[in-house]
Amino acid sequence: MDDSTILKVENLTKTFPGVRALNKVDFELKKGEIHALIGENGAGKSTLMHIIGGVLKPDSGKIMLEGKPVSFSSVHDAIKAGISMVFQELSLVSSLSVGENIFANRQPVGAMDRIQWGKLYRLTKEFLQRFKLDLNPKTLVKNLSMGQQQTLEILKALSSNPKIILLDEPTSSLTEEEIAHLFENIRALQKQGMSFMYITHKLSEVFQIADRVTVLRDGNYIGTRPVNEVSENNLISMMVGREIKSMYGTSKEMVDSEEYFRVEDFARKGRFRNISLSLRKGEILGIAGLVGAGRTEFARAIFGLDSKDSGRIYLDGRLLNIRRPKDAIREGIAYITEDRKNLGLFLTLTLRENCIAPILEKFSSRIGLLKGALVDQHVENQTREFSIVAPSMYQKVINLSGGNQQKVLLAMWIGIRPKVVIFDEPTRGVDVGARADIYAKLRELSSKGTGIIIISSDLPELLGMCDRILVMHQGEITGEVGRADFSEEIIMAYATGLANSIANNNHTA
Amino acid sequence: MGFKGFLRSIVAFRESVLILLLLLFGIAMSFVSPYFMTWPNIEAILLGLSVEGTIAVGMVILLVAGNLDLSVGSTLALTGVVTGLALTAGVPVWISIICGLLAALGVGLINGILVAKLKINSFITTLGMQITARGILLVIAGGRAVINLPKEFCFIGQGRLFDVQIPIYVMIFLVVLGDFLMRQSRFFRQNYYLGGNERAARMSGINVNSLQIFDFCLVALLAGISGLLLTARFGSSSVTVGGGMELRVITACIIGGASLSGGEGSVLGAFLGALLLGVLANSLNLMGVDVYWQSLVTGLILIIAVVFDVLTERRRAVRK
Repeated sequence: MDDSTILKVENLTKTFPGVRALNKVDFELKKGEIHALIGENGAGKSTLMHIIGGVLKPDSGKIMLEGKPVSFSSVHDAIKAGISMVFQELSLVSSLSVGENIFANRQPVGAMDRIQWGKLYRLTKEFLQRFKLDLNPKTLVKNLSMGQQQTLEILKALSSNPKIILLDEPTSSLTEEEIAHLFENIRALQKQGMSFMYITHKLSEVFQIADRVTVLRDGNYIGTRPVNEVSENNLISMMVGREIKSMYGTSKEMVDSEEYFRVEDFARKGRFRNISLSLRKGEILGIAGLVGAGRTEFARAIFGLDSKDSGRIYLDGRLLNIRRPKDAIREGIAYITEDRKNLGLFLTLTLRENCIAPILEKFSSRIGLLKGALVDQHVENQTREFSIVAPSMYQKVINLSGGNQQKVLLAMWIGIRPKVVIFDEPTRGVDVGARADIYAKLRELSSKGTGIIIISSDLPELLGMCDRILVMHQGEITGEVGRADFSEEIIMAYATGLANSIANNNHTA
Repeated sequence: MGFKGFLRSIVAFRESVLILLLLLFGIAMSFVSPYFMTWPNIEAILLGLSVEGTIAVGMVILLVAGNLDLSVGSTLALTGVVTGLALTAGVPVWISIICGLLAALGVGLINGILVAKLKINSFITTLGMQITARGILLVIAGGRAVINLPKEFCFIGQGRLFDVQIPIYVMIFLVVLGDFLMRQSRFFRQNYYLGGNERAARMSGINVNSLQIFDFCLVALLAGISGLLLTARFGSSSVTVGGGMELRVITACIIGGASLSGGEGSVLGAFLGALLLGVLANSLNLMGVDVYWQSLVTGLILIIAVVFDVLTERRRAVRK
């Protein structure tokens, strides 16, 4: 690896109305290195990358590319200079083909600006083969899977032969296999001299792929370290500015707690079958499994959101009749969705309006008018209780960071004073600081007797938080693991179907 | 893949369906009425759809780019009035024509600038322009049709070439040219990128503002051309012509596969959509059905087309 610096950023400052996103930040990228950039939401990582990529212009500071000062007035400029950025939100046109997307506005043309389709598709095929992507270049993007689309997005950035590639959370929609391919490709390109800047929330990825890591906090540059000289805890404390000794807290010992919530024989053709579980008061139960195992469908069926073919729910020994979410809410069962942006929050509405969404009747007078003072008080309490950071309760939720948005979603549903809460991916896309807050809240709820079920793809999260974990695979429960037997290997074995203690022992959880 | 794949690669699914429908319909109608398959009837169909067919070429390009233009009907009338007034004032024919087209271009330019530079939603912008342009033409025409236009001018609307009326040639020429450009020209295909993902289009170096202004000018110009042909055909400039036409043109485009959210659609599809509606109207006439039924049938076809779209999208999404 060459030791010279390819990109150097000095004293970069960027201010948006009301917030200083970057404050005299320095950054250095060496040629041929994979450099991770981490920090909490609002730390400034995306802003820094957007400036280097040409999306934004800095207020002050210098950017030097290969020793020469540069200033980009558009993304197109940056691309021409050899810096290519891969965005989180896709920049593909779904109604066009793979080839047309890769060669967007750069199609090979002949006389009179006429596109040479044969050449375009041939070049595309060659390009795809170089990266071992087995795709028909004429396939329309809308017919590709999310993972393929994201991979294509990255290939599109590569097609302009850049010197530097900027990746902003590239693995958020990829499967394990696709992530492995991506890392292979990145390492192969690194050998050819390409340099990478890589933003991620997943610290495990930093240790897998990066050479050095830089930490930002609140718009300030905190430090840069070689990856083999730091530990995860070091990084976390650099990111958060305080020691987080135990992220997940500790569970209280359950002494003879009675069964509180019971689900029997849930089944829905093609989605899940023979699902039964029981939850004791104050217990935190986890449901693990791979994407597509049927966990979310099962939870939604409990909540009355999706239909089921069979199944019974008992709360405190009483049989419940839940046919739609309204019934579930009335009985005190809350389901918190994994897709907060599309299915959970009202992004264009204010924090205040979101908080009270499921419980409007509680704040209405007899003729149906909302009592403003009651609402204000409730929202203030919730904001304090859930440590939501927002300039005011009239802030539109779309303007809040991911971590704060998730907290609003929690506050919204805990506001119904639920007896049982099902959290689906409680900390997806949430920064470390907010995560700790959310876990603390979950502990608090469970200690007060609320039954908690956590559905998650984050094994460390489940292992840290839960007392028991059920594992689902292809619509069935394949195993149940108690705290004493917790290990990632056992859970993965059940999740991939390699082990199946339920079928073998022929009993239900 | 074989033959089906070959066919599909030439003409998209939606267009194949429309061609099939038209063929079946044509065959069915030829049994119902002996007049259907005669040249005078077919010519009447083509002539009847020449105005909307011509404008649809520009409208579908705009829709693909993610915009729309509700002012084309007014622009059409405006051009007719401006040219008519110039002609009756003694201005030479070609200069009068250019004056009319410049007026149309002016409308398109204003629409384009408001949408591209000021970022005003195209629906609102062109809605306002529809009313404004209509007002302007009413004022300059004194509220009355401009009549007795010179014969040299009327030839372009009433004349025939090889026994086919000129407006039909214009429409066919523009449809073929438009479809070719939208499939093969790098410049015109930029509209698909713009409509599919505006941010990505900018990042690819596409000058989004210029493109939008170009699109609006194009559709306005086509509206102007149609206005001239129509005025020439009737020999007078009507001040009421074109009212409500824009929605029928948009309907034809959507039946042909365009989407209001942009990124989809084709000129061939738009033409086939217009043709389907034209054939339907003609058939209902031949069968002696009341004119009032035509709106109902048009509306039903639009709804069926959209429902069909949604269902196929949903089935594809589930398969993923």
